[in-house]
Amino acid sequence: MTDLERRLARPATPTLDPVRVTAELARRADAEGLLDVAWATLETPLGPIAVFVTPRGLVRVAYDRENFAEVADEVAELVSPRVLMAPRRTDPVRRQLDAYFAKGRRAFDLPIDWTLVRGFNRGVLRATAAIPYGEMASYGDVAAAAGSPRAARAAGNALAGNPIPIVVPCHRVIHADGGLGGYTGGLDTKRFLLKLEGARPS
Amino acid sequence: MSLPPFQRLVDDHATELHRFLVGCVGPDLAEDCLQDTLIAALRAYPRLRHGDNLRAWLYTIAHRKATDAVRLRARRPKTVQLNGIGPAAEPRTAPASLPDDGLWTAVRGLPAKQREAVVHRYVLDLDYRQIAERMGTSPEAARQNVSAGLRRLRTEVDQ
Repeated sequence: MTDLERRLARPATPTLDPVRVTAELARRADAEGLLDVAWATLETPLGPIAVFVTPRGLVRVAYDRENFAEVADEVAELVSPRVLMAPRRTDPVRRQLDAYFAKGRRAFDLPIDWTLVRGFNRGVLRATAAIPYGEMASYGDVAAAAGSPRAARAAGNALAGNPIPIVVPCHRVIHADGGLGGYTGGLDTKRFLLKLEGARPS
Repeated sequence: MSLPPFQRLVDDHATELHRFLVGCVGPDLAEDCLQDTLIAALRAYPRLRHGDNLRAWLYTIAHRKATDAVRLRARRPKTVQLNGIGPAAEPRTAPASLPDDGLWTAVRGLPAKQREAVVHRYVLDLDYRQIAERMGTSPEAARQNVSAGLRRLRTEVDQ
């Protein structure tokens, strides 16, 4: 290798701060209408939670156990691949979740983007969103509210696939006999949220 | 393969793209050039039909932005010093972070393809097959661009 080649291999490269690069890109993307999905994570008593926000509203909330990278893949495929870390656009969501976990907020006032939920499932989740803080309903109740009183099992599937847990409070849906049923974030998480709200499943 | 979230492209490639751009346009313009590259890529991204070879796609855009930046700088009028009028111009010394300023000025003066090939070869330490892949040429053309670029640099830079 010649001296010239050696010198070419050593450019004076200023260090690049990856956080600043993404922040500046997100700012420009937002200004130019290219920020289709803003992604951020927040710390909660249940561990880290990821939130994804579109210009229409909150489209996805994920627990750590779901693997954020895989959830981001899913959002890129089903919503838009223009997904960027952009905490500022998710500020209202993060503030309201923080307040909820601090028992300072009982209802979420956030626009929801229902893109990831279709048909009957959307009806079930809309009915679920109407269950008040600290109260519980059965799978049959939400099925009935969605227009199919006999579809309790299908309602259970819709809730299991809830893309926006906590904000769409599927943890408030339990079995008619008082059994806890299931939960994407795990049954401990479901118990934690019900206890936080002061609800007492039998 | 479907398209990954754009954030992953930033996480995986921004640092190396920046290094490539420092070689092509210099440290003072590289970060702006990187932002221009990323925003252009983000704009076009959903129209890609598949996620194969996203790296080569990013370098095609970066190369275009670097060429634009070099051209723009060449066109920028030089400040002239008018004797006896106003304060004396600052002496043009290279900033301390650029010990090899003469060399990099010469790199920036290369024809676009030679510049890109030389930066890929030496700054990013790629072989000719990899360079060809990123530049969309044959390995032989990549080799020729590198050696033509080197020849030209040798005549222009004191060794």
